[in-house]
Amino acid sequence: MKILVIVKRVEDPEIKIKLKADGSGIETEQMKYVVCPFHEIAVEEALRVRDASGGENEVVALCVGPEDATQQLRTALAMGADRAIHVVAATSALDPTLEAIACEKVIREESPEIVILGKQAIDDDLGVLGGMLAERLGMSQGTFASKEISLDSDEEKSKIPALKIEGGRLTVVREVDGGIETLSLSLPALVTTELRLNMPRYASLPGIMKAKKKEIRTIQLSDAIGDATMQLKVIKLEAPPKRQAGMIVPDVATLVSKLRNEAKVI
Amino acid sequence: MSNVLLIAEHDAGVVKKTSLKALTAAKVIATKQGGNVTVLVYGAGAPAAAEILKTFGVSTVYTVQGEVFDHPVAEALLAATIEAQKASGATFVLAASSSTSKDFLPRVAARLNAGMASDVMAIIDAKTFKRPMWAGNITATVELTTALKVATVRATEFETASEGGGTGTVQALSVPIDSGSLKSRFVKRVEVKSTRPDVTSAARVVSGGRGVKSAEGFKIIENLADALGAGVGASRAVCDAGWVPNDLQIGQTGKVVAPDLYIAVGISGAIQHIAGMKGSKVIVAINKDPEAPIFQVADYGLVADLFVAVPQFIEAIRS
Repeated sequence: MKILVIVKRVEDPEIKIKLKADGSGIETEQMKYVVCPFHEIAVEEALRVRDASGGENEVVALCVGPEDATQQLRTALAMGADRAIHVVAATSALDPTLEAIACEKVIREESPEIVILGKQAIDDDLGVLGGMLAERLGMSQGTFASKEISLDSDEEKSKIPALKIEGGRLTVVREVDGGIETLSLSLPALVTTELRLNMPRYASLPGIMKAKKKEIRTIQLSDAIGDATMQLKVIKLEAPPKRQAGMIVPDVATLVSKLRNEAKVI
Repeated sequence: MSNVLLIAEHDAGVVKKTSLKALTAAKVIATKQGGNVTVLVYGAGAPAAAEILKTFGVSTVYTVQGEVFDHPVAEALLAATIEAQKASGATFVLAASSSTSKDFLPRVAARLNAGMASDVMAIIDAKTFKRPMWAGNITATVELTTALKVATVRATEFETASEGGGTGTVQALSVPIDSGSLKSRFVKRVEVKSTRPDVTSAARVVSGGRGVKSAEGFKIIENLADALGAGVGASRAVCDAGWVPNDLQIGQTGKVVAPDLYIAVGISGAIQHIAGMKGSKVIVAINKDPEAPIFQVADYGLVADLFVAVPQFIEAIRS
Protein backbone atom coordinates (compact mmCIF):
# COMPACT_ATOMS: atom_id res chain seq x y z
CA MET A 1 0.00 0.00 0.00
CA LYS A 2 1.38 3.37 -1.04
CA ILE A 3 -0.15 6.54 0.34
CA LEU A 4 0.73 9.94 -1.04
CA VAL A 5 0.09 12.92 1.20
CA ILE A 6 0.17 16.52 0.00
CA VAL A 7 1.49 19.16 2.40
CA LYS A 8 1.33 22.90 1.94
CA ARG A 9 3.57 25.62 3.35
CA VAL A 10 1.44 28.40 4.85
CA GLU A 11 1.78 31.33 7.22
CA ASP A 12 1.45 30.41 10.90
CA PRO A 13 -2.31 30.66 11.69
CA GLU A 14 -1.46 32.15 15.10
CA ILE A 15 0.17 35.20 13.52
CA LYS A 16 -2.11 38.01 12.40
CA ILE A 17 -1.94 38.55 8.64
CA LYS A 18 -1.31 42.16 7.64
CA LEU A 19 -1.21 43.80 4.26
CA LYS A 20 1.99 45.56 3.12
CA ALA A 21 1.62 49.31 3.02
CA ASP A 22 1.65 49.37 -0.79
CA GLY A 23 -0.86 46.52 -1.01
CA SER A 24 1.49 44.38 -3.11
CA GLY A 25 1.25 41.42 -0.76
CA ILE A 26 1.14 40.43 2.87
CA GLU A 27 3.73 41.44 5.43
CA THR A 28 6.29 38.62 5.60
CA GLU A 29 8.83 40.10 7.96
CA GLN A 30 9.12 37.95 11.10
CA MET A 31 6.54 35.59 9.61
CA LYS A 32 6.73 31.95 10.62
CA TYR A 33 5.72 29.19 8.23
CA VAL A 34 4.15 25.87 9.10
CA VAL A 35 2.50 22.87 7.48
CA CYS A 36 -1.12 23.90 6.87
CA PRO A 37 -3.11 22.43 9.82
CA PHE A 38 -5.49 20.54 7.52
CA HIS A 39 -2.57 18.95 5.69
CA GLU A 40 -0.90 18.08 8.99
CA ILE A 41 -4.04 16.05 9.79
CA ALA A 42 -3.65 14.44 6.35
CA VAL A 43 -0.07 13.40 7.21
CA GLU A 44 -1.24 11.90 10.51
CA GLU A 45 -3.99 9.90 8.82
CA ALA A 46 -1.61 8.66 6.12
CA LEU A 47 0.77 7.38 8.84
CA ARG A 48 -2.08 5.66 10.70
CA VAL A 49 -3.36 3.95 7.56
CA ARG A 50 0.18 2.83 6.70
CA ASP A 51 0.83 1.45 10.17
CA ALA A 52 -2.51 -0.37 10.34
CA SER A 53 -2.07 -2.10 6.95
CA GLY A 54 -0.14 -5.31 6.53
CA GLY A 55 2.57 -5.81 3.91
CA GLU A 56 4.84 -3.30 2.21
CA ASN A 57 3.63 0.18 3.03
CA GLU A 58 4.97 3.58 2.27
CA VAL A 59 3.95 7.20 2.89
CA VAL A 60 5.27 9.71 0.34
CA ALA A 61 4.93 13.43 1.12
CA LEU A 62 4.53 15.87 -1.77
CA CYS A 63 4.81 19.65 -1.64
CA VAL A 64 4.50 22.24 -4.37
CA GLY A 65 6.15 25.33 -2.97
CA PRO A 66 9.21 27.58 -2.73
CA GLU A 67 12.76 26.40 -1.88
CA ASP A 68 12.07 26.88 1.83
CA ALA A 69 9.15 24.45 1.70
CA THR A 70 11.77 21.76 2.37
CA GLN A 71 11.17 22.70 6.02
CA GLN A 72 7.54 21.58 5.77
CA LEU A 73 8.55 18.36 3.99
CA ARG A 74 11.10 17.73 6.78
CA THR A 75 8.25 18.15 9.28
CA ALA A 76 6.22 15.49 7.44
CA LEU A 77 9.29 13.22 7.34
CA ALA A 78 9.95 13.82 11.05
CA MET A 79 6.34 12.85 11.81
CA GLY A 80 7.07 9.56 10.05
CA ALA A 81 6.64 9.88 6.27
CA ASP A 82 9.13 7.66 4.41
CA ARG A 83 10.29 9.98 1.64
CA ALA A 84 9.36 13.26 -0.01
CA ILE A 85 9.01 14.95 -3.38
CA HIS A 86 9.37 18.70 -3.71
CA VAL A 87 8.03 20.51 -6.77
CA VAL A 88 10.01 23.73 -6.51
CA ALA A 89 7.96 26.81 -7.39
CA ALA A 90 8.57 30.52 -6.98
CA THR A 91 5.80 30.81 -4.39
CA SER A 92 3.28 28.94 -2.24
CA ALA A 93 0.52 31.14 -3.62
CA LEU A 94 0.10 29.14 -6.79
CA ASP A 95 -2.83 28.94 -9.17
CA PRO A 96 -4.76 25.81 -8.05
CA THR A 97 -4.96 24.46 -11.60
CA LEU A 98 -1.17 24.66 -12.01
CA GLU A 99 -0.77 23.03 -8.60
CA ALA A 100 -3.18 20.27 -9.67
CA ILE A 101 -1.26 19.70 -12.92
CA ALA A 102 2.04 19.46 -11.02
CA CYS A 103 0.56 17.08 -8.41
CA GLU A 104 -1.08 15.00 -11.16
CA LYS A 105 2.27 14.43 -12.86
CA VAL A 106 3.93 13.22 -9.66
CA ILE A 107 0.94 11.09 -8.63
CA ARG A 108 0.80 9.36 -12.03
CA GLU A 109 4.47 8.44 -11.64
CA GLU A 110 4.04 7.23 -8.07
CA SER A 111 0.61 5.56 -8.56
CA PRO A 112 -0.41 5.45 -4.88
CA GLU A 113 -3.60 3.66 -3.76
CA ILE A 114 -4.61 6.64 -1.61
CA VAL A 115 -3.99 10.38 -2.00
CA ILE A 116 -4.68 12.50 1.11
CA LEU A 117 -4.63 16.28 1.48
CA GLY A 118 -6.26 19.01 3.56
CA LYS A 119 -9.76 20.14 2.54
CA GLN A 120 -8.43 23.68 2.07
CA ALA A 121 -5.22 25.60 2.63
CA ILE A 122 -5.52 28.37 5.20
CA ASP A 123 -3.81 30.96 2.99
CA ASP A 124 -5.93 31.03 -0.18
CA ASP A 125 -8.94 29.31 1.47
CA LEU A 126 -9.92 28.02 -1.99
CA GLY A 127 -10.56 24.36 -1.20
CA VAL A 128 -10.52 23.26 -4.84
CA LEU A 129 -7.28 21.28 -5.24
CA GLY A 130 -8.69 17.95 -4.00
CA GLY A 131 -11.66 17.84 -6.37
CA MET A 132 -9.64 19.13 -9.34
CA LEU A 133 -6.99 16.51 -8.72
CA ALA A 134 -9.45 13.64 -8.26
CA GLU A 135 -11.06 14.53 -11.59
CA ARG A 136 -7.75 14.83 -13.43
CA LEU A 137 -6.65 11.46 -12.06
CA GLY A 138 -10.04 9.80 -12.58
CA MET A 139 -10.14 8.84 -8.89
CA SER A 140 -13.06 8.40 -6.52
CA GLN A 141 -13.20 11.14 -3.89
CA GLY A 142 -14.12 11.51 -0.24
CA THR A 143 -13.93 15.17 0.77
CA PHE A 144 -14.16 16.55 4.34
CA ALA A 145 -13.16 13.22 5.92
CA SER A 146 -13.94 13.07 9.62
CA LYS A 147 -15.11 10.51 12.15
CA GLU A 148 -18.12 10.00 14.34
CA ILE A 149 -16.19 9.53 17.56
CA SER A 150 -14.71 12.39 19.59
CA LEU A 151 -11.05 13.38 19.54
CA ASP A 152 -11.05 12.59 23.30
CA SER A 153 -11.91 8.91 22.73
CA ASP A 154 -9.64 5.93 23.44
CA GLU A 155 -9.80 4.94 19.77
CA GLU A 156 -8.26 8.30 18.90
CA LYS A 157 -5.58 7.95 21.59
CA SER A 158 -4.56 4.55 20.25
CA LYS A 159 -4.12 6.10 16.78
CA ILE A 160 -6.54 3.83 14.95
CA PRO A 161 -7.12 5.19 11.44
CA ALA A 162 -10.56 6.61 10.70
CA LEU A 163 -10.19 5.63 7.04
CA LYS A 164 -10.98 1.92 6.76
CA ILE A 165 -9.87 -0.33 3.92
CA GLU A 166 -11.96 -3.44 3.35
CA GLY A 167 -12.34 -5.67 0.33
CA GLY A 168 -10.35 -3.29 -1.86
CA ARG A 169 -12.55 -0.31 -0.98
CA LEU A 170 -12.04 2.65 1.31
CA THR A 171 -14.76 3.76 3.74
CA VAL A 172 -14.83 7.49 4.47
CA VAL A 173 -17.04 9.30 6.98
CA ARG A 174 -17.66 12.88 5.83
CA GLU A 175 -18.84 16.05 7.54
CA VAL A 176 -21.61 17.56 5.42
CA ASP A 177 -24.15 20.33 6.02
CA GLY A 178 -26.83 18.89 8.28
CA GLY A 179 -25.07 15.70 9.32
CA ILE A 180 -22.54 12.97 8.67
CA GLU A 181 -22.33 10.90 5.50
CA THR A 182 -20.51 7.63 4.81
CA LEU A 183 -19.13 6.76 1.37
CA SER A 184 -17.47 3.63 0.03
CA LEU A 185 -14.73 4.45 -2.50
CA SER A 186 -13.01 2.26 -5.05
CA LEU A 187 -9.19 2.42 -4.98
CA PRO A 188 -7.25 4.44 -5.91
CA ALA A 189 -9.09 7.12 -3.95
CA LEU A 190 -8.52 10.75 -3.04
CA VAL A 191 -9.45 12.00 0.43
CA THR A 192 -9.51 15.54 1.83
CA THR A 193 -9.38 16.02 5.59
CA GLU A 194 -11.60 17.92 8.04
CA LEU A 195 -10.40 19.21 11.40
CA ARG A 196 -11.87 16.38 13.42
CA LEU A 197 -10.32 13.44 11.59
CA ASN A 198 -7.49 13.09 14.12
CA MET A 199 -5.05 14.87 16.43
CA PRO A 200 -1.72 15.05 14.58
CA ARG A 201 1.35 13.77 16.46
CA TYR A 202 4.33 15.96 17.23
CA ALA A 203 7.60 15.05 15.58
CA SER A 204 9.78 13.26 18.14
CA LEU A 205 13.49 14.07 18.55
CA PRO A 206 14.54 10.70 17.03
CA GLY A 207 12.00 11.39 14.28
CA ILE A 208 13.63 14.75 13.53
CA MET A 209 17.09 13.12 13.45
CA LYS A 210 15.89 10.36 11.11
CA ALA A 211 14.16 12.88 8.85
CA LYS A 212 17.50 14.51 8.05
CA LYS A 213 18.61 11.33 6.29
CA LYS A 214 15.40 10.74 4.35
CA GLU A 215 15.24 11.42 0.65
CA ILE A 216 13.68 14.62 -0.78
CA ARG A 217 13.55 14.43 -4.56
CA THR A 218 13.16 17.79 -6.30
CA ILE A 219 11.43 18.67 -9.56
CA GLN A 220 11.21 22.15 -11.06
CA LEU A 221 7.66 23.45 -11.46
CA SER A 222 8.26 24.32 -15.13
CA ASP A 223 9.18 20.69 -15.82
CA ALA A 224 5.99 19.51 -14.09
CA ILE A 225 3.47 21.85 -15.73
CA GLY A 226 4.86 22.38 -19.23
CA ASP A 227 3.23 25.35 -20.92
CA ALA A 228 0.02 25.37 -18.80
CA THR A 229 -1.08 28.88 -17.86
CA MET A 230 -2.83 30.44 -14.88
CA GLN A 231 -6.61 30.23 -14.69
CA LEU A 232 -7.11 32.24 -11.50
CA LYS A 233 -5.13 35.46 -11.25
CA VAL A 234 -4.91 37.53 -8.10
CA ILE A 235 -5.20 41.15 -9.25
CA LYS A 236 -5.22 42.99 -5.96
CA LEU A 237 -5.18 42.44 -2.21
CA GLU A 238 -6.85 44.80 0.23
CA ALA A 239 -7.78 44.91 3.89
CA PRO A 240 -11.49 44.25 4.43
CA PRO A 241 -13.58 47.04 5.99
CA LYS A 242 -12.85 47.10 9.69
CA ARG A 243 -15.64 46.58 12.16
CA GLN A 244 -15.70 49.23 14.86
CA ALA A 245 -15.79 47.99 18.42
CA GLY A 246 -18.98 49.14 20.13
CA MET A 247 -19.67 49.69 23.79
CA ILE A 248 -19.29 47.66 26.94
CA VAL A 249 -22.61 47.53 28.81
CA PRO A 250 -22.61 47.23 32.62
CA ASP A 251 -25.33 44.61 33.04
CA VAL A 252 -27.91 42.37 31.37
CA ALA A 253 -30.74 44.89 31.87
CA THR A 254 -28.80 47.53 29.89
CA LEU A 255 -27.92 45.01 27.20
CA VAL A 256 -31.55 43.96 26.70
CA SER A 257 -32.69 47.58 26.69
CA LYS A 258 -30.06 48.49 24.05
CA LEU A 259 -31.02 45.53 21.86
CA ARG A 260 -34.71 46.45 22.12
CA ASN A 261 -34.61 50.22 21.81
CA GLU A 262 -31.36 51.13 20.08
CA ALA A 263 -30.48 48.22 17.78
CA LYS A 264 -34.11 47.07 17.56
CA VAL A 265 -33.15 43.46 16.99
CA ILE A 266 -35.23 41.75 19.69
CA MET B 1 -25.17 33.40 -25.97
CA SER B 2 -23.18 33.37 -22.77
CA ASN B 3 -25.64 31.78 -20.40
CA VAL B 4 -25.14 31.11 -16.72
CA LEU B 5 -25.97 27.80 -15.03
CA LEU B 6 -26.90 27.84 -11.35
CA ILE B 7 -26.97 24.53 -9.48
CA ALA B 8 -29.74 24.99 -6.90
CA GLU B 9 -30.29 22.96 -3.73
CA HIS B 10 -33.66 22.20 -2.18
CA ASP B 11 -35.21 20.42 0.79
CA ALA B 12 -37.95 18.08 -0.45
CA GLY B 13 -38.84 20.49 -3.26
CA VAL B 14 -38.48 23.72 -1.26
CA VAL B 15 -35.63 25.77 -2.76
CA LYS B 16 -32.99 26.68 -0.18
CA LYS B 17 -32.67 30.35 0.69
CA THR B 18 -28.91 30.18 0.04
CA SER B 19 -29.67 29.09 -3.55
CA LEU B 20 -32.11 32.00 -4.02
CA LYS B 21 -29.31 34.33 -2.92
CA ALA B 22 -26.88 32.68 -5.32
CA LEU B 23 -29.55 33.23 -8.01
CA THR B 24 -29.10 36.97 -7.50
CA ALA B 25 -25.36 36.51 -8.17
CA ALA B 26 -26.20 34.41 -11.26
CA LYS B 27 -28.43 37.22 -12.59
CA VAL B 28 -25.71 39.82 -12.09
CA ILE B 29 -23.19 37.69 -13.98
CA ALA B 30 -25.72 36.91 -16.75
CA THR B 31 -26.40 40.64 -17.22
CA LYS B 32 -22.70 41.45 -17.29
CA GLN B 33 -21.88 38.78 -19.87
CA GLY B 34 -25.08 39.17 -21.89
CA GLY B 35 -26.91 35.87 -21.37
CA ASN B 36 -29.74 34.17 -19.56
CA VAL B 37 -29.83 32.37 -16.24
CA THR B 38 -30.53 28.65 -16.39
CA VAL B 39 -30.87 26.42 -13.34
CA LEU B 40 -30.27 22.76 -12.55
CA VAL B 41 -32.12 20.99 -9.73
CA TYR B 42 -31.74 17.31 -8.94
CA GLY B 43 -33.24 14.58 -6.79
CA ALA B 44 -36.74 13.49 -5.80
CA GLY B 45 -38.11 17.00 -5.16
CA ALA B 46 -36.62 18.49 -8.34
CA PRO B 47 -39.91 18.98 -10.28
CA ALA B 48 -41.49 20.85 -7.35
CA ALA B 49 -38.36 23.01 -6.91
CA ALA B 50 -38.35 23.71 -10.67
CA GLU B 51 -41.95 24.98 -10.52
CA ILE B 52 -40.82 27.54 -7.93
CA LEU B 53 -37.59 28.49 -9.69
CA LYS B 54 -39.13 29.04 -13.14
CA THR B 55 -41.02 32.08 -11.81
CA PHE B 56 -37.79 33.90 -10.90
CA GLY B 57 -36.97 35.29 -14.33
CA VAL B 58 -34.82 32.39 -15.51
CA SER B 59 -34.96 30.99 -19.04
CA THR B 60 -34.82 27.24 -18.35
CA VAL B 61 -34.86 25.01 -15.30
CA TYR B 62 -33.36 21.57 -15.91
CA THR B 63 -34.40 18.70 -13.67
CA VAL B 64 -32.50 15.50 -13.12
CA GLN B 65 -33.97 12.56 -11.25
CA GLY B 66 -33.18 8.95 -10.57
CA GLU B 67 -31.94 6.79 -7.75
CA VAL B 68 -28.34 8.09 -7.86
CA PHE B 69 -29.58 11.65 -7.36
CA ASP B 70 -31.37 11.01 -4.08
CA HIS B 71 -28.01 10.86 -2.27
CA PRO B 72 -25.70 11.93 -5.07
CA VAL B 73 -21.93 11.51 -4.91
CA ALA B 74 -19.68 14.12 -6.57
CA GLU B 75 -19.28 12.06 -9.76
CA ALA B 76 -23.08 11.94 -10.23
CA LEU B 77 -23.47 15.70 -9.78
CA LEU B 78 -20.54 16.21 -12.13
CA ALA B 79 -22.30 14.18 -14.83
CA ALA B 80 -25.61 16.03 -14.31
CA THR B 81 -23.90 19.43 -14.39
CA ILE B 82 -22.04 18.61 -17.60
CA GLU B 83 -25.34 17.53 -19.27
CA ALA B 84 -27.06 20.74 -18.12
CA GLN B 85 -24.12 22.89 -19.18
CA LYS B 86 -24.22 21.36 -22.67
CA ALA B 87 -27.99 21.79 -22.91
CA SER B 88 -27.91 25.42 -21.79
CA GLY B 89 -24.69 26.45 -23.53
CA ALA B 90 -23.62 28.03 -20.24
CA THR B 91 -20.15 29.53 -20.04
CA PHE B 92 -20.46 30.14 -16.30
CA VAL B 93 -21.44 27.52 -13.70
CA LEU B 94 -22.06 28.53 -10.10
CA ALA B 95 -23.71 27.51 -6.83
CA ALA B 96 -24.04 28.81 -3.29
CA SER B 97 -21.10 27.68 -1.12
CA SER B 98 -22.15 24.51 0.69
CA SER B 99 -20.61 21.16 1.57
CA THR B 100 -22.20 19.83 -1.65
CA SER B 101 -20.97 22.53 -4.03
CA LYS B 102 -17.49 22.54 -2.48
CA ASP B 103 -17.39 18.79 -3.07
CA PHE B 104 -18.38 18.53 -6.73
CA LEU B 105 -17.75 21.92 -8.40
CA PRO B 106 -13.92 21.61 -8.37
CA ARG B 107 -14.44 18.39 -10.36
CA VAL B 108 -16.68 20.27 -12.79
CA ALA B 109 -14.01 22.97 -13.17
CA ALA B 110 -11.33 20.37 -13.95
CA ARG B 111 -13.60 18.57 -16.46
CA LEU B 112 -14.48 21.82 -18.27
CA ASN B 113 -10.91 23.15 -18.03
CA ALA B 114 -12.48 26.15 -16.32
CA GLY B 115 -10.87 28.40 -13.72
CA MET B 116 -12.69 28.38 -10.40
CA ALA B 117 -13.15 31.01 -7.68
CA SER B 118 -14.56 29.99 -4.28
CA ASP B 119 -16.69 32.00 -1.86
CA VAL B 120 -17.24 34.95 -4.19
CA MET B 121 -18.36 37.96 -2.13
CA ALA B 122 -18.73 40.58 -4.86
CA ILE B 123 -18.95 40.61 -8.65
CA ILE B 124 -16.99 43.32 -10.41
CA ASP B 125 -17.50 42.06 -13.95
CA ALA B 126 -18.19 38.68 -15.55
CA LYS B 127 -14.63 37.52 -14.88
CA THR B 128 -13.49 39.60 -11.89
CA PHE B 129 -14.56 38.94 -8.32
CA LYS B 130 -13.78 39.67 -4.72
CA ARG B 131 -13.19 36.76 -2.38
CA PRO B 132 -11.71 36.26 1.10
CA MET B 133 -8.21 34.90 1.80
CA TRP B 134 -6.35 34.18 5.06
CA ALA B 135 -9.54 33.65 7.09
CA GLY B 136 -11.05 36.87 5.78
CA ASN B 137 -8.10 39.02 6.94
CA ILE B 138 -7.50 39.95 3.33
CA THR B 139 -9.95 40.55 0.50
CA ALA B 140 -8.55 39.54 -2.88
CA THR B 141 -9.71 40.71 -6.28
CA VAL B 142 -9.29 37.76 -8.62
CA GLU B 143 -9.74 37.21 -12.33
CA LEU B 144 -10.72 33.99 -14.08
CA THR B 145 -8.83 33.89 -17.38
CA THR B 146 -10.61 30.90 -18.96
CA ALA B 147 -13.48 30.87 -21.47
CA LEU B 148 -15.55 28.68 -19.14
CA LYS B 149 -15.78 29.70 -15.50
CA VAL B 150 -16.91 28.10 -12.24
CA ALA B 151 -17.60 29.71 -8.86
CA THR B 152 -19.14 29.15 -5.48
CA VAL B 153 -20.70 32.27 -3.98
CA ARG B 154 -21.04 33.28 -0.36
CA ALA B 155 -24.82 33.51 0.02
CA THR B 156 -24.66 35.95 2.95
CA GLU B 157 -23.23 38.63 0.62
CA PHE B 158 -26.21 38.63 -1.79
CA GLU B 159 -29.88 39.55 -1.45
CA THR B 160 -32.55 36.90 -1.96
CA ALA B 161 -33.72 36.92 -5.61
CA SER B 162 -37.26 38.04 -6.22
CA GLU B 163 -39.92 36.49 -8.44
CA GLY B 164 -40.97 38.00 -11.73
CA GLY B 165 -39.24 38.82 -14.99
CA GLY B 166 -40.94 36.11 -17.01
CA THR B 167 -41.62 32.42 -16.62
CA GLY B 168 -39.03 29.95 -17.76
CA THR B 169 -39.51 26.46 -19.17
CA VAL B 170 -38.86 23.28 -17.23
CA GLN B 171 -36.95 20.56 -19.02
CA ALA B 172 -36.17 17.07 -17.71
CA LEU B 173 -32.68 15.90 -18.59
CA SER B 174 -31.58 12.30 -18.70
CA VAL B 175 -28.12 11.64 -17.35
CA PRO B 176 -26.67 8.37 -18.54
CA ILE B 177 -25.21 7.01 -15.30
CA ASP B 178 -26.15 4.26 -12.90
CA SER B 179 -24.84 3.57 -9.41
CA GLY B 180 -22.83 0.57 -10.67
CA SER B 181 -20.66 2.75 -12.92
CA LEU B 182 -19.69 5.19 -10.16
CA LYS B 183 -16.41 4.78 -8.30
CA SER B 184 -17.88 6.34 -5.14
CA ARG B 185 -20.89 4.72 -3.47
CA PHE B 186 -23.27 6.29 -0.96
CA VAL B 187 -23.53 4.15 2.18
CA LYS B 188 -25.53 6.14 4.75
CA ARG B 189 -26.31 9.56 6.10
CA VAL B 190 -26.94 10.47 9.73
CA GLU B 191 -28.90 13.71 10.00
CA VAL B 192 -28.42 16.15 12.85
CA LYS B 193 -32.01 16.58 13.97
CA SER B 194 -32.92 20.12 14.89
CA THR B 195 -36.16 22.03 15.10
CA ARG B 196 -34.27 25.34 15.32
CA PRO B 197 -33.75 27.70 12.38
CA ASP B 198 -30.82 26.98 10.05
CA VAL B 199 -27.97 29.33 11.02
CA THR B 200 -27.11 30.23 7.43
CA SER B 201 -30.54 31.83 6.94
CA ALA B 202 -31.72 32.60 10.52
CA ALA B 203 -32.33 36.23 11.54
CA ARG B 204 -30.76 35.53 14.92
CA VAL B 205 -27.96 33.19 15.93
CA VAL B 206 -26.67 32.34 19.41
CA SER B 207 -23.26 30.65 19.57
CA GLY B 208 -21.43 29.04 22.45
CA GLY B 209 -17.70 28.64 23.01
CA ARG B 210 -15.26 26.96 25.35
CA GLY B 211 -16.67 29.03 28.24
CA VAL B 212 -19.71 26.71 28.49
CA LYS B 213 -17.27 24.10 29.89
CA SER B 214 -19.23 20.94 28.95
CA ALA B 215 -21.98 19.42 26.81
CA GLU B 216 -24.29 20.00 29.79
CA GLY B 217 -23.14 23.62 29.97
CA PHE B 218 -23.98 24.14 26.29
CA LYS B 219 -27.71 23.70 27.08
CA ILE B 220 -27.75 27.27 28.39
CA ILE B 221 -26.89 28.42 24.83
CA GLU B 222 -29.79 26.41 23.41
CA ASN B 223 -32.14 27.88 26.02
CA LEU B 224 -31.18 31.42 25.06
CA ALA B 225 -31.55 30.57 21.37
CA ASP B 226 -35.02 29.14 21.98
CA ALA B 227 -36.07 32.22 23.95
CA LEU B 228 -35.05 34.34 20.94
CA GLY B 229 -36.25 31.94 18.23
CA ALA B 230 -32.62 31.82 17.08
CA GLY B 231 -30.40 29.28 15.37
CA VAL B 232 -27.55 27.70 17.36
CA GLY B 233 -23.88 27.82 16.45
CA ALA B 234 -20.60 26.93 18.14
CA SER B 235 -16.91 27.65 18.08
CA ARG B 236 -14.40 25.05 16.90
CA ALA B 237 -13.33 24.17 20.47
CA VAL B 238 -16.87 23.10 21.36
CA CYS B 239 -17.20 20.93 18.23
CA ASP B 240 -13.74 19.39 18.67
CA ALA B 241 -14.61 18.46 22.27
CA GLY B 242 -17.67 16.61 20.98
CA TRP B 243 -20.09 18.66 23.11
CA VAL B 244 -22.20 19.50 20.04
CA PRO B 245 -22.44 18.13 16.48
CA ASN B 246 -19.69 19.34 14.11
CA ASP B 247 -22.37 20.75 11.84
CA LEU B 248 -22.75 23.69 14.26
CA GLN B 249 -19.25 25.10 13.71
CA ILE B 250 -19.11 28.72 12.57
CA GLY B 251 -15.90 30.15 11.11
CA GLN B 252 -13.30 30.08 8.35
CA THR B 253 -13.68 26.36 7.86
CA GLY B 254 -17.25 25.94 9.10
CA LYS B 255 -20.37 27.86 8.23
CA VAL B 256 -20.44 31.56 7.42
CA VAL B 257 -23.40 33.44 8.88
CA ALA B 258 -24.65 37.02 8.71
CA PRO B 259 -27.83 37.31 10.82
CA ASP B 260 -29.40 40.54 12.09
CA LEU B 261 -28.30 39.55 15.60
CA TYR B 262 -25.34 37.34 16.54
CA ILE B 263 -24.75 36.58 20.20
CA ALA B 264 -21.36 35.05 21.04
CA VAL B 265 -21.36 33.50 24.49
CA GLY B 266 -18.13 32.29 26.10
CA ILE B 267 -16.31 32.64 22.78
CA SER B 268 -12.89 34.28 22.94
CA GLY B 269 -12.98 35.29 19.27
CA ALA B 270 -10.12 33.62 17.38
CA ILE B 271 -9.74 35.13 13.89
CA GLN B 272 -10.94 31.84 12.42
CA HIS B 273 -14.26 32.22 14.27
CA ILE B 274 -14.63 35.92 13.49
CA ALA B 275 -14.19 35.08 9.78
CA GLY B 276 -17.51 33.24 9.95
CA MET B 277 -19.66 35.87 11.67
CA LYS B 278 -18.24 39.36 11.18
CA GLY B 279 -20.83 40.12 8.50
CA SER B 280 -23.61 40.02 11.14
CA LYS B 281 -25.55 43.29 11.52
CA VAL B 282 -25.43 43.45 15.32
CA ILE B 283 -22.91 41.45 17.36
CA VAL B 284 -23.23 40.85 21.09
CA ALA B 285 -20.42 39.29 23.10
CA ILE B 286 -20.76 37.85 26.60
CA ASN B 287 -17.44 36.78 28.08
CA LYS B 288 -15.87 36.97 31.52
CA ASP B 289 -12.46 37.90 30.10
CA PRO B 290 -12.45 41.65 29.34
CA GLU B 291 -9.40 41.13 27.09
CA ALA B 292 -11.15 38.59 24.84
CA PRO B 293 -10.69 39.64 21.17
CA ILE B 294 -14.39 39.06 20.49
CA PHE B 295 -15.08 42.45 22.17
CA GLN B 296 -13.16 44.18 19.36
CA VAL B 297 -15.85 43.24 16.85
CA ALA B 298 -18.87 43.40 19.17
CA ASP B 299 -21.42 46.23 19.06
CA TYR B 300 -22.44 45.41 22.63
CA GLY B 301 -20.12 43.66 25.03
CA LEU B 302 -20.95 42.35 28.47
CA VAL B 303 -18.11 41.25 30.75
CA ALA B 304 -19.78 38.64 32.91
CA ASP B 305 -19.95 34.99 33.94
CA LEU B 306 -22.17 33.46 31.29
CA PHE B 307 -23.79 31.09 33.79
CA VAL B 308 -25.09 34.15 35.67
CA ALA B 309 -25.76 36.50 32.74
CA VAL B 310 -27.50 34.13 30.31
CA PRO B 311 -30.30 33.05 32.72
CA GLN B 312 -30.89 36.76 33.46
CA PHE B 313 -30.95 37.43 29.70
CA ILE B 314 -33.56 34.69 29.15
CA GLU B 315 -35.61 36.03 32.05
CA ALA B 316 -35.48 39.59 30.66
CA ILE B 317 -36.59 38.46 27.18
CA ARG B 318 -39.52 36.53 28.59
CA SER B 319 -40.69 39.33 30.88
